[in-house]
Amino acid sequence: MSLYQVQKLIYQLNRDPRTRERYGRERDAVLAEYELTDEERRALVGTAEEGPDIGLLYVLGVNGQLLMHFAALHKVEWNAYLDAMRQGLVKHGPVREGVYAATGYEGVEAHDARLKREREKH
Amino acid sequence: MPLVYCGACSHAPGITARAERADTQTRQALESALRRMGDDIRATRPDALIVVAAEHFANFFMNNMPAFAMGMADAYEGPIEDEAFLRIKRTRVPGNKALSRKLIEGVMQTVDVAYAEEWKFDHGISVPLHFLTPSYDLPIVPANINCQGPPLTPLRRAWAFGEALRSAADAVPERVALVATGGISHWPATPDSGKINEAWDREFLARWAANDREALLSYTDAEIYKNGGQGGFEIRTFIAAAAAAKGAKGTIDFCEPIPIFAVSCTTARMQLGT
Repeated sequence: MSLYQVQKLIYQLNRDPRTRERYGRERDAVLAEYELTDEERRALVGTAEEGPDIGLLYVLGVNGQLLMHFAALHKVEWNAYLDAMRQGLVKHGPVREGVYAATGYEGVEAHDARLKREREKH
Repeated sequence: MPLVYCGACSHAPGITARAERADTQTRQALESALRRMGDDIRATRPDALIVVAAEHFANFFMNNMPAFAMGMADAYEGPIEDEAFLRIKRTRVPGNKALSRKLIEGVMQTVDVAYAEEWKFDHGISVPLHFLTPSYDLPIVPANINCQGPPLTPLRRAWAFGEALRSAADAVPERVALVATGGISHWPATPDSGKINEAWDREFLARWAANDREALLSYTDAEIYKNGGQGGFEIRTFIAAAAAAKGAKGTIDFCEPIPIFAVSCTTARMQLGT
């Protein structure tokens, strides 16, 4: 398990334009600089059509503050980002490390509706 | 000069990134509250604004994670986030290296703070500044408390950092303002984003407004995680601001849960000099 290495690469990509540029030009060479398992590498690379496997990265335990911006960097829209994590949980099971586990939530729409009802009552 | 302003506000990226998805009336009320906070800060004629934030891996990572850090540069850049995502244009924000150095030297008398001559802002600073100082004309002194990579800075040390910031600010001739930024309960960037423990938030803010040191420091990280989520660890910044207020009481000017922004959006200030 080398979650630290996955997160370090994402940290560099998120903050450093030169690393991003290199990653676009010679991704394999950049990836080779980090000690990654096959699964981690697969999650980071994903597929040509869909980009990185956000769901698997989430389950591997990547800190949400790194993952959210990594997803944005790959132009993954907010709802698609949330769905990718949900699908990751279905496909790969619970989050394996870190503090970003899913704990259950009614969802924004239901929550908004509940708040609206409560505001109307007062 | 004694600290001229001490407040706290939310920094959730959704406030700008997903602005149009919130209820219009509530969003406008929040944005007005944030702009009013900016007006209040400017009314104190500050020479610089210390922003005590909980950063999210823009500068610090688990290869060398400081419990506390402060910026010491004449300029900073931010936000690091994708501009199309955060909807804040990357810009240069003025700092004040000489003042930063004096403040850091003051803080170091009691708290081992790391300093950084390079610092990239993330949403933790850029979202508040977008509303508080939209012209980016007030020099910023960024400060960070590790709320992100466990082991986290203990709450009691966050309090000590706030006290040290206050002593340092009081000892310089410049007029220094301070704003802490962070969420209270939230489960950000997870499938549960939007979940908010409003009762827990209001209880925390009541303790903050009363500036009740023991009550503010009585939370354990296990309790925070259970009731306030991983985002709740950011209460450290509010705690530092409470300490910096040196016993003054506070006012909660705005507090509304806005699920699409993922937090109880808040603006609050301490009544310094009362």
